[in-house]
Amino acid sequence: MATVAFVAGDDVSTDVIYPGRYMATVLPAETPQFAFADNAELNARLKAGQIPPGSLIVAGKNFGCGSSREQAVSTLKGYDLTIVAESFARIFMQNAINLGLQVVVAPGVQASAGDEIDVLPDRVMNRSTGNATPTVRLPEARQAIIDAGGLIAYTRTLLLQRRGRG
Amino acid sequence: MGMTVVEKNLARASGKSAVRAGDVVEPRVDLAMSHENAALVINQFLEVFHGTGLEPRVWDPSKIAIIFDHRVPAESSKTATNQKKVREFVAAQGITRFHDIRGDSGGICHQVLPENGYVRPGYVVVGTDSHTTTHGALGAFSFGIGATEMASVWALGGAVNVEVPASIKVVVKGLFPPMVGPKDLILHLIGMLTAQGANYRVIEFHGDAISRMPTSGRLVICNMAVEAGATSGIVPSDKETLRYLRVSAGVKDNIDIVLPDLDAEYERVIDVDVSHLVPQVACPHTVDNVRPIDEVAGTRVHQIVIGSCTNGRLDDLEVAARILRGKNVAAGTRMLVFPASGRIYAQALERGLIGDLLGAGAVVMNPGCGPCLGVHQGALGDGETALSTTNRNFKGRMGNPSAEVYLCSPAVAAASALTGVVTDPRKGAQE
Repeated sequence: MATVAFVAGDDVSTDVIYPGRYMATVLPAETPQFAFADNAELNARLKAGQIPPGSLIVAGKNFGCGSSREQAVSTLKGYDLTIVAESFARIFMQNAINLGLQVVVAPGVQASAGDEIDVLPDRVMNRSTGNATPTVRLPEARQAIIDAGGLIAYTRTLLLQRRGRG
Repeated sequence: MGMTVVEKNLARASGKSAVRAGDVVEPRVDLAMSHENAALVINQFLEVFHGTGLEPRVWDPSKIAIIFDHRVPAESSKTATNQKKVREFVAAQGITRFHDIRGDSGGICHQVLPENGYVRPGYVVVGTDSHTTTHGALGAFSFGIGATEMASVWALGGAVNVEVPASIKVVVKGLFPPMVGPKDLILHLIGMLTAQGANYRVIEFHGDAISRMPTSGRLVICNMAVEAGATSGIVPSDKETLRYLRVSAGVKDNIDIVLPDLDAEYERVIDVDVSHLVPQVACPHTVDNVRPIDEVAGTRVHQIVIGSCTNGRLDDLEVAARILRGKNVAAGTRMLVFPASGRIYAQALERGLIGDLLGAGAVVMNPGCGPCLGVHQGALGDGETALSTTNRNFKGRMGNPSAEVYLCSPAVAAASALTGVVTDPRKGAQE
């Protein structure tokens, strides 16, 4: 079970998640400090450790739209957040899979900040409202990257098969 | 059943006779582009090799392009140090298509690639920039990826687990009215489709208005296809593609023309007639919040921006210079111009366009992304409004979450610079 830390609407852009002026900061160890930097209150709560690891962001459609910046994923991954959204923008979704940020596609999901939610294999169960929302499984090709432990590990295995000891 | 352009490009790149939307393929990559974020790609690339005992070498240094454009010249010591690290990597790996901060060969990646003939019809192109969709204008399947995925491409020479996207066919008919053009078309289309209407889809452009459209305009519509969520925009290659590549980009070797089959399968077909299209404006804070100009005319504007990977090309500067020549940017409004590349800057200088713009009071900056991503060269003050020919107006985009950004064509931007309020360029033309 996890607590909803923050609820967002549709079309949350990567400029909102990780503003462009911080793009010179690239390393995953350094990006978390700028998560939602233009939302001073949320940024402060994250940095103060008031949002425990494993907490949820629940969002509407097209979460992560906009730029390809991977910082928008590593900044959230740094706080070990899970993003439950009605849908995700393509590049953000792929970056999340590649870096191991937990993302859950749940069309029609509804929640309020503070709700307690169980993320189950086929649905999200909102214990606070009693509502269950079915989730969409990731395509197999993407699941394979997650199962490998992310794209770096996946690529390393392929690289060794192709270039190593050949 | 026949194939769409993206299906043909992916079949060729995957060594298959045919692929279909939904198939998962591992295409080899013809061109892999990055900008300053190559600094992160390098970090992830070295991580891939960590512990393997293999020497970290990119698969093919001739197929990697790196262009500095996002923060040029560097706005901070941090950026300058990242750029230095990338230069050292480029030299060590022998990467040849490297465009440093230079007045001649530098510029914005999405102009530098086409004008140097790096992109050809049939190619599979990846870039660590969401506007990599731009290069579909030359018949490529060209899509944005993250830095870790690019590290994987640098190591393997291909993209792993690519799902073949379905295509939406957009048929554009009619003649554009005066002062209306490709930017208005794509804003109108994004308004129709919404910001997510083409998610995981390719938009393939057809119709007589596209046939007549020069490559500069095709680059505009493919650039902004991503604002409807599209993986790539694609214009099937034709006579104009060949003309551009031969004459403008100086390509001498063989160019394959790739056309969709007549019985290719499209998820949907959208018809657009541009003959009655009016200038379009995308209002804060989403690109799909598109209105005809009448509904926003009169809105006070503090900063006008003409430039970017969307509208910083020679014909864009020509439109602006024609409107501004001999006149003055309104007091209380500042106008910033960013030519898309050093080559375009030189051409604009030669044609007197830079002089016209300067004479009217515009500030002409060096080629680059400028204020579009909110880092430097034109941040907005609290409560200020920008009218810009760039491609995004998300909250905080130009460096200030309490400011507003409207998006428009170069004609609307230039006409509005003269008045200090959003102005219909067709009215000025009639006076």
